[in-house]
Amino acid sequence: MPTKNNFLDSRQTKEKRSPVSITPSMVEKGTSLLKKMEISVAEAEKRTGKNAVNMQETYTVYLIETRPVDAASEGTNPVLDSLWKRYSEFELLRNYLLVTYPFAVVPPLPEKRAEFVWHKLSADNMDPDFVERRRVGLENFLLRVASHPVLSSDKIFYLFLTEENGWKETVFETGFQAKADSRLKALNATFRVKNPDKRFAEMKHYGDELQSVISQLLRVRARAADRLYGVYKVHGNYGRVFSEWSAIEKEMGDGLQSAGHHMDAYAASVDDILEEEEHYADQLKEYLFYADALRTVCRKHELTQYELEMAVQDLTSKKQQREELATGTIRTFSLKGMTSKLFGQETPEQREAKLKMLETQIEEGEEQVKERNAECDEFVKSAWVDIERFKEQKDHDLRESLISYAIMQISMCKKGIQVWNNAKECFNKM
Amino acid sequence: MSAGTPRSLASSGQKSIQDICHPLSAEESALSRIPDVLNPGSAGERDLILPNGTPVDTSSPASSSSLLNRLQLDDDLDGETRDEQKYNITTEFDLPEYSVRRRYQDFDWLRNKLEESQPTHLIPTTRTEFDLPEYSVRRRYQDFDWLRNKLEESQPTHLIPPLPEKFVMKGVVDRFSEEFVETRRKALDKFLKRVADHPVLSFNEHFNAFLSAKDLNKRQGLALLTKMGESVKYVTGGYKVRARPVEFAAMGDYLDLFTQKLGTIDRIAQRIIKEQSEFLMELREYGPVYSSWSSFEEDLHDPLEGVSGCVSNCSSALEELTEDMSEDFLPVLREYVLYIESMKNVLKKRDQVQAEYETKLEAVVFREDKKTPVPSDVEKCQDRVECFNADLKADWDRWENNKRQDFRQLLTGMSNKNILYYEKCLAAWESLIPLLQDKQEAKGETN
Repeated sequence: MPTKNNFLDSRQTKEKRSPVSITPSMVEKGTSLLKKMEISVAEAEKRTGKNAVNMQETYTVYLIETRPVDAASEGTNPVLDSLWKRYSEFELLRNYLLVTYPFAVVPPLPEKRAEFVWHKLSADNMDPDFVERRRVGLENFLLRVASHPVLSSDKIFYLFLTEENGWKETVFETGFQAKADSRLKALNATFRVKNPDKRFAEMKHYGDELQSVISQLLRVRARAADRLYGVYKVHGNYGRVFSEWSAIEKEMGDGLQSAGHHMDAYAASVDDILEEEEHYADQLKEYLFYADALRTVCRKHELTQYELEMAVQDLTSKKQQREELATGTIRTFSLKGMTSKLFGQETPEQREAKLKMLETQIEEGEEQVKERNAECDEFVKSAWVDIERFKEQKDHDLRESLISYAIMQISMCKKGIQVWNNAKECFNKM
Repeated sequence: MSAGTPRSLASSGQKSIQDICHPLSAEESALSRIPDVLNPGSAGERDLILPNGTPVDTSSPASSSSLLNRLQLDDDLDGETRDEQKYNITTEFDLPEYSVRRRYQDFDWLRNKLEESQPTHLIPTTRTEFDLPEYSVRRRYQDFDWLRNKLEESQPTHLIPPLPEKFVMKGVVDRFSEEFVETRRKALDKFLKRVADHPVLSFNEHFNAFLSAKDLNKRQGLALLTKMGESVKYVTGGYKVRARPVEFAAMGDYLDLFTQKLGTIDRIAQRIIKEQSEFLMELREYGPVYSSWSSFEEDLHDPLEGVSGCVSNCSSALEELTEDMSEDFLPVLREYVLYIESMKNVLKKRDQVQAEYETKLEAVVFREDKKTPVPSDVEKCQDRVECFNADLKADWDRWENNKRQDFRQLLTGMSNKNILYYEKCLAAWESLIPLLQDKQEAKGETN
């Protein structure tokens, strides 16, 4: 029996943070799904239960709430549906979407394990701050999918939001797992493809660079955050020593004492500052993972292109064989040719049979080429549409992130000026 | 050179300035320094109390008010024009009194003569509104150090103001950088002003020689020590004081605690500088990453480049902050610690003088018949103790005031540096916002 362990009581007063990227304007020109319902991941809870191998485990579940949009304007906000889902179920949903819509740049999930942490942040998955940031990330994921022109109308996605029990079975029933490309197949294609669309090759390269630069940025930022923390906290020592010093002074005492308090306040202010910055880091992380989704689409293109090339190559060789059989000339070296030379030509009946087989194969082959060509074209078309959409989204979102980062820095500077002015006033009274 | 013969007072000969020897010579210390506080015409009478408690007699040579009076511009007796205005200069140091009358051009001559000598260090002097003559001599740090030692020797009952730190670590601080020189200059200026401000130290002839002599004859003691100096110099140690007056005990305790606090503050400041330097290192790596990102973006190129520039500006601002703190803040703390050391030595000496007195007194009391008068050397000891105590008490108050000023200045200076740093960063980020929003508005319009 799963037991509840609600650690949210202490967090009641904390402001629920919503993802920066979804603006009201986006909802307006957005998908029909978003026009109908409001989606949120409202809470997180710890549960314990028996897992697949019958062992006790502790895990976190997240509460997904949906509300009808119209009801909001009436003032009341009745919940349409609310259900609890684990992180692994989100992963399942995403994998399903990846396989079913290979041409889409599928929104990423928040990271599974905390990375790029600086010393104060915990790398523990059970840590309340990590869970909270994950909650925000999951909500962001759902909203991204809900605002995607294609993904938002997916039935399984809708069921994810509305069905608690039995959803997993429904997903498995789609048999999507069978459609998944093997890693090996994809890698093979990447190496052997001859004529991939240039734009996709460039996009893949861009994805590589984006991933690399954001990783580096996050790493350095984490180290800088560590140092900044140190700078602020050491100032707290001034608070203590000024207090001690004021005890042995007469006229200077008051000024020193109050200045000391401001130094304490200064030291304490760094916690909020760095928490804000963590949200900026999360926004960057989303695009770090988006870079991977982008590359996935490009790799899929390579695969379809490769399969087309393979079909064409196959067809060409079969046509060649037919020609050789028909004209009796052996242009290419083949084992059959060798054996027939050694052991004598085949009988006309055998040749006839072979020709017939080849003809069927060629017919099939031509069908396959047509199919794969269509597939490839289709894929290129829809993938490029989504890539363009993604580019615009990325430019908009990252710009917003940079603006909010600058605003954060401005706020930090203003606070610093204020604290030091206060301290200066106290020193002047010494 | 003035053609007019100066009217002389009875006590001086009719000497034209060229006939008077250069101030080098020990017999003729005809020149006295002009204290910065000099305000001709308005100095008037000042209520000064001598260290031993007697009120000042303006005719008494040792009071600075009399000196000020004597250095005043006499409203000239026959209403001559300004050029013809004559200044009375008198000096008082256990030496024959000289009174000469000099015109402005004479001072000018003197100044030029002084400037001709080999310069190594310029002493800044301030001009008063009435354009009094300036003295310019050049002195090195060692000369200041010499002066301070001489003052300590000759005035052991007084608290001598501190000098900036003597030794600076090579490689850590650039001794020839503009900032270092300027910081030192300010501290040396403060030192001189404080000595000039002191009712006793300002009369010290080492101080005078320092201000005016072409070459400081350092090896030979220029003159005898003051009477007090003489007497304190030979006080033997090894006596334990029995009844240390409460106020001096309190001073000692306070100095001990204060030194501790200063040490702590020094360590904290150093730690902050270290953390800031490490933060700076990370920033210097952080900024350029945005630049390399911008190189493969189109729309985002300018915003990312802008952020990179901003971070770079903040880095420079931080660098300046840490440098300033190293150069301006830490040295002052350290010189105060040294200063307090020397003050504790003065307190110790006082204890010794008292202890000697106590011992001698006790010996007398137990040895002889109580009816006979106390021998004179015991009386002298008592005198010494009382003088010392009085000097020290007066100086302590002065010291407390100066300390208050110094630390107010130091700490507000530290606040200002931090404020400046944040203001620079603020300006950088604020100027970035319009750049970041630029495309936004353009896009918004096309929608």
